[in-house]
Amino acid sequence: MTIILTSILFAAGLGVLLAVIIGAAAKAFAVESDPRIETVTDMLPGANCGGCGYAGCADFAKAIVEGRADPSLCPVAPPESAGRIAEYLGITTQEKEKVIAVVRCAGDCAATVRSPYNGVGDCRSAALVAGGGKGCDYGCIGFASCARACPFDAIEMRDGLAVVHPELCVGCGKCVETCPKNLIILAPAAVDVHVYCNSPEKGALKRKVCKTACIACRKCVKAADSEEQMTIKGFLVETNYSSPPLPDLVEKAACPTTALRLATKHAAGAYEGVSK
Amino acid sequence: MASNVLTITIGAILVNNFVLSKFLGICPFLGVSKKLSTALGMSGAVIFVMTLASLVTSLIYKYILSQTFVVNGTTINLTFLTILVFIVVIAALVQLVEIILQKFSPPLYQALGIFLPLITTNCAVLGAAALNVQAGRGVIESTVFGTCSAIGFALALVLFSSLREKLDLAKVPAPLQGTAIGLITAGILAMVFMGFSGLV
Repeated sequence: MTIILTSILFAAGLGVLLAVIIGAAAKAFAVESDPRIETVTDMLPGANCGGCGYAGCADFAKAIVEGRADPSLCPVAPPESAGRIAEYLGITTQEKEKVIAVVRCAGDCAATVRSPYNGVGDCRSAALVAGGGKGCDYGCIGFASCARACPFDAIEMRDGLAVVHPELCVGCGKCVETCPKNLIILAPAAVDVHVYCNSPEKGALKRKVCKTACIACRKCVKAADSEEQMTIKGFLVETNYSSPPLPDLVEKAACPTTALRLATKHAAGAYEGVSK
Repeated sequence: MASNVLTITIGAILVNNFVLSKFLGICPFLGVSKKLSTALGMSGAVIFVMTLASLVTSLIYKYILSQTFVVNGTTINLTFLTILVFIVVIAALVQLVEIILQKFSPPLYQALGIFLPLITTNCAVLGAAALNVQAGRGVIESTVFGTCSAIGFALALVLFSSLREKLDLAKVPAPLQGTAIGLITAGILAMVFMGFSGLV
């Protein structure tokens, strides 16, 4: 009986003693932090994508509260959210235009393969071996490095071609860094018309390896409301994002190679691939 | 004494490696070995906590648990409470260390991060304390054993995470992908460490 009582008392005493020590230590060594940091963290999306340039949402919140960062830097949150944070902290914020990623290539697998590649399944590795297996040296390699980097699953691999879903993309720019071909750009989300080709080679050469290459035929430049809306750079036409064309241009221009596409319809699979 | 410490050192790091021959601390061994950087963070935290835990638990064992008291004419020895007391003390110790680190060394606190509270329930830490009692080691020897066991754990973790980083790039047959190939690798690594048996 004495043994049972003593051991119970000893264990209970030990528990109470340790609890008191920890409680006292927590009080004595309490670290004071700005309570606003936690509130701002709650107001951020919590995606921890790093698109703002800080190590996660909590770090970004700290930078906002300390005045080192602007709330609108967050690519994920809608502009109203940045406004709410600014209002809470009593600071001003700039309006920021929403951007989305565009993979400037429409050449999917079958028709464009030049040689088989059996190495590590990563675009950056494949690019080191004669620029990848596809016929076009400037197009999507198709090993999904960008899709794996995307924290929001906004990039789908379709027949070896990376396709961005505009409604899922938040424009954090993680994919831009991963592409060894520099194919991905961040374009204003309000613009839907893009040229899905990145090859600076001559039209005839491009067409030999890819049926959806831009051959700079200028049909879209002529069909546009003003010639400024599409700019020609060598053998490649680009959307002028500072004075963009309206979505109906794609229909009006009737691009013979379907390199000129609407991002939304491209993601929905409305255009035929090269292999079809 | 010196030769005894040397035996403990080599024995704990290589021959009786905690992970690969005693099979203690398998959870963090598989859990935080996907990346070398997190493995290093975990290793640092384990070395820190195991040294401290071995020291404190051996002191408690020597001066409280192994002593006999006379209460109401009955002789009482509290050795049977060893495991229970060690669990509570280690958990409390880790909490305390965390609180103090956060105050006085924020960089170290940041570096150890989530690993420190995770170690609270790591069986390797309790294992080191219990093995010290079993082997009847003194306070200094216990502390050395704790540190060296943790270094052995760190060695296994760093080796394994380096292997896993390489494995990520290798073509693994579909049924073996992920944890399966990880466990096979761990098994082969454990067999490699069997080569050290008989050294001490």
